[in-house]
Amino acid sequence: MATNGHRSPAQRVAYPARYSAFGLLRRGLTHEEWPPAWRAHPLKGSYDVVIIGGGVHGLAAAYYLAANHGITDVAVLDKGYMGSGGSGRNTAILRSNYLTPEGVRFYDRSIELYRTLAADLDYNVMFSRRGHLTLAHNDSSLRTMRWRAEVNKAEGVDSDVIGPAEIKRLAPFLDVSDQTRYPVLGALWHPPGGIIRHDAVVWGYARGADALGVHIHQNTEVTGIDTAHSQVRGVRTTRGDIATPVVLNATAGWATLIADMAGVALPITTSPLQAAVTEPVKPFLSPVIVSGTLHVYISQTDRGELVFGASVDPFTSYSMRGSLEFIEGLAGHVLELMPALSKVRLLRQWAGLCDMTPDFSPVMGPTPVEGFLVDVGWGTYGFKAGPVSGEAMAECIASGRTPEIIAAFGLDRFGAGLLVGEKGAAAVGH
Amino acid sequence: MILLPCSWCGPRDAGEFHQVGEAAARPDPGTATPQEWRAYLYLRANVCGWTTETWYHRMGCRRYIRVERHTETNEIRSVTPADQPTVAGAAQ
Repeated sequence: MATNGHRSPAQRVAYPARYSAFGLLRRGLTHEEWPPAWRAHPLKGSYDVVIIGGGVHGLAAAYYLAANHGITDVAVLDKGYMGSGGSGRNTAILRSNYLTPEGVRFYDRSIELYRTLAADLDYNVMFSRRGHLTLAHNDSSLRTMRWRAEVNKAEGVDSDVIGPAEIKRLAPFLDVSDQTRYPVLGALWHPPGGIIRHDAVVWGYARGADALGVHIHQNTEVTGIDTAHSQVRGVRTTRGDIATPVVLNATAGWATLIADMAGVALPITTSPLQAAVTEPVKPFLSPVIVSGTLHVYISQTDRGELVFGASVDPFTSYSMRGSLEFIEGLAGHVLELMPALSKVRLLRQWAGLCDMTPDFSPVMGPTPVEGFLVDVGWGTYGFKAGPVSGEAMAECIASGRTPEIIAAFGLDRFGAGLLVGEKGAAAVGH
Repeated sequence: MILLPCSWCGPRDAGEFHQVGEAAARPDPGTATPQEWRAYLYLRANVCGWTTETWYHRMGCRRYIRVERHTETNEIRSVTPADQPTVAGAAQ
């Protein structure tokens, strides 16, 4: 009889176990244990592809490399556990109502992949498409929203500008009166948006990649990247050296530290972004509410907790400590939108690191060092782009060419002066 | 919250300041190539550790200071007056 998570090798079940209602019932009756979602392997001396960063981007790239291109000699390295960085710290909001046509096409492909992800991975990622409301408190944001709605419609994405009466119908607890400091004038309504369980996405990709032969190495910190003649030769880690011709940097907030090892300069600065969650309350809020003016976004999880996020802290830092001034400001802004929440208590707050770029668009694809690819610059909008980034980077590695969908996001755009300005739509309050 | 000891006003809440960015030498606009200029505009060292940067005391003396800060702990080692902003887009 297995106790406390320990079991003998004889008790180990065949891998991978299919998750199903029948399996749940059978294991419930027989008390047979589920096998681990992915296995631990010894670190090999060489891999075809090494992916640094075990978040949703790195794991999705590994999964699509194996699933779409048959490249399975892949290692995913992370200095902590899978999803220990931004993938487990974001507020799990999905949407595709961006401002530039490049951005809208890209994020819409991600939503498309998210829609079928649970079936593709045999893992319940709990995608809840409840709609996404971005509030406008002044004329200029209303104008930007009209612009975004028209770009979205031209790209076939469901978005429209709605008035306060319609907003009140969608979110009855929202104060849309003209008595507030920043009255709500309208909103960008994006029905396909919603929330998802971010840990499940990470675990699902890790499990899927492992089942196809990818090696997942947790607690394996990269200490150096070997290059010769501007070509990647290998990676040095705290658990040993690996020879490899291809390295993908998917390390978000730590991206410049890894790129420095390969001698690649990036236009990225790292800033913390703080978030907080309340105690669970009965379901009362269906759509995701975002206010750029008040620097806050609010959603209610399936468990009833309210998740609050904000804009990045006003200075660069690698510190993930929460601050009291953040929580004070956040609470004030939330109460301005929903005064009825004044008695709800906060459970906890946390911070994640955001790799900010000058144009609020990511940096993806090859670099001047051959074999060293980047999938970085994900700022405050990386989680929702996980699947499409993984798919595109896998294609980029397998074919050696940059796919059309990420062509606008190359590192060379900064030298060429071809920035992709998503500032108006990437997140709140930049 | 971090306290920033302004050279002119003493220790003040970091919220009073605007972080201008890493102290970097500005290339001569007359002779710099577009690539050099854009590298100056966009590329950053983004150090995890001790770094020297410029802050602007926008809600105080409205002067620039040069700060040595540890980006992982937000500890501050030294502050000196800086007469000129060293990174473009400094004044808001």
